[in-house]
Amino acid sequence: MPLALRIIPRLDIKGPNLVKGVHLEGLRVLGKPESFAKFYYEQGADELFYQDVVASLYGRNSLQEIVSKTAKEIFIPLTVGGGIRSIEDIASILHAGADKVSINTSAIENPELIRSAANVFGSSTIVISIEAIKQPDGHYLAFTDNGRNSTGKEVVAWAKEIERLGAGEISLTSVDREGAGKGFDIVLAKQVMEAVSIPVVVHGGAGDMQHVLELSKQVPVSGISIASLFHYDYILHNRHTDGYEEEGNIDFLKSNRVLSHIDSVSIVELKSYLLEHDITCRKDEKTL
Amino acid sequence: MILHVEKMKKPYKIAVIDYRMSNMFSIKNALNMLGFESEITSDRARILASDGAILPGVGSFPEAMKHIKDLELETSIKDFITTGKPFMGICLGFQLLFEKSEEIEVTNGLGIMQGDVRNFLKINDKIRVPHVGWNTIKKNHALDATHSLNPLRDSEDDEYFYFVHSCYVKPEDKTNIYTTTEYAGIEFCSSVLKDNIFACQFHPEKSGEKGIGILNEMFSK
Repeated sequence: MPLALRIIPRLDIKGPNLVKGVHLEGLRVLGKPESFAKFYYEQGADELFYQDVVASLYGRNSLQEIVSKTAKEIFIPLTVGGGIRSIEDIASILHAGADKVSINTSAIENPELIRSAANVFGSSTIVISIEAIKQPDGHYLAFTDNGRNSTGKEVVAWAKEIERLGAGEISLTSVDREGAGKGFDIVLAKQVMEAVSIPVVVHGGAGDMQHVLELSKQVPVSGISIASLFHYDYILHNRHTDGYEEEGNIDFLKSNRVLSHIDSVSIVELKSYLLEHDITCRKDEKTL
Repeated sequence: MILHVEKMKKPYKIAVIDYRMSNMFSIKNALNMLGFESEITSDRARILASDGAILPGVGSFPEAMKHIKDLELETSIKDFITTGKPFMGICLGFQLLFEKSEEIEVTNGLGIMQGDVRNFLKINDKIRVPHVGWNTIKKNHALDATHSLNPLRDSEDDEYFYFVHSCYVKPEDKTNIYTTTEYAGIEFCSSVLKDNIFACQFHPEKSGEKGIGILNEMFSK
């Protein structure tokens, strides 16, 4: 039996809020990350991924408090990324209760950080995040800072280097597909999966359950990271704007609407659907 | 998936053995949630005075053994086990109980259990390593039925637990094998049970409600 496909809700965080954008831009406030996290845990999420979307832009690291609250009540692995630059940064985020850290910008600027971090904390703790953008000639280049800055690194070559330097996992985002709800970039996922033999988690593009099935049928990815599909399901079930911190754009939240190009699907529904189509998922008797 | 374990103060104090390289906080969070008193410590007297102990572990085997030696934890761990109080090893803390490991370079372990730790990649370098994610267990039902300490008694075959590792344990005495798990065609020992020792390759503290239930079962006898 193959290893269960990991279904990983991804929570983009800005200040105290859960946000969501399109192509990693145009962020809307959706609510409190801790509430979404607890809901996903109870629904049978296999892991959680927190990304502080502004940390690497403004050099701040505000996630710790949210991480520490989450780790006290959620007993599945938690990966945290955003603004991690040093061994000390990793130690402090692990100390707050994260199990793995995800690094992009500083790994590209200083690849040796991957090696030293893997030596200190163990390979499996170090996830390297790749933000890929397809070029007109069909090649993929790695970007930093939510797809804003090109690094000139070719994605497949960079993925191989990441593996060689000792990282335990790659988190691969297609910036082109991210938040667009048009399906995953299967070619990109396939290229990276075939290039390395460490686990690869794919993110960016799920607009409905069929997109998730299509990717998992065509490429044996280790995990799929999903934001909008699950977030809108949470909002439909827990719709209220009271108590949200007034930082950022909450007009979307107040407008009571859901993006037309993205369905809302619960983790329970998605896993049942995948199991019906012979994709191995962790089945939880209590929820499925 | 709401936890149904009674959240009440338990007359039980658990030492989470600190050898300066693990994520011990998630174990402590889980113990707190279950109502156990716990402390992260490398102090011999405090470890021995505890009612139960956990050897956690994330990181590499050679580094871990070096830290254990530097902190003079080897005899504290062995003496604690001799007391007969429940002792649990998790992940690297499970592997360290054995005689030696081939991770990075051949390194002697604590030798509390006979057998060694092997690298998946030595069998087949095409295997996707580390083995990360949720995988199932197959339980040795005979052992479960006869052993008074049986923390997996409520777990069924094919139940999922969370794994993160690149090496696996090969115990010499097969009668101690409590569960097995299959990865990439290799069936490996995913937990052992011997006297007051239960040790597992997976992370109960990261395996949701069922995982937390194992911690509760382990220290509620």
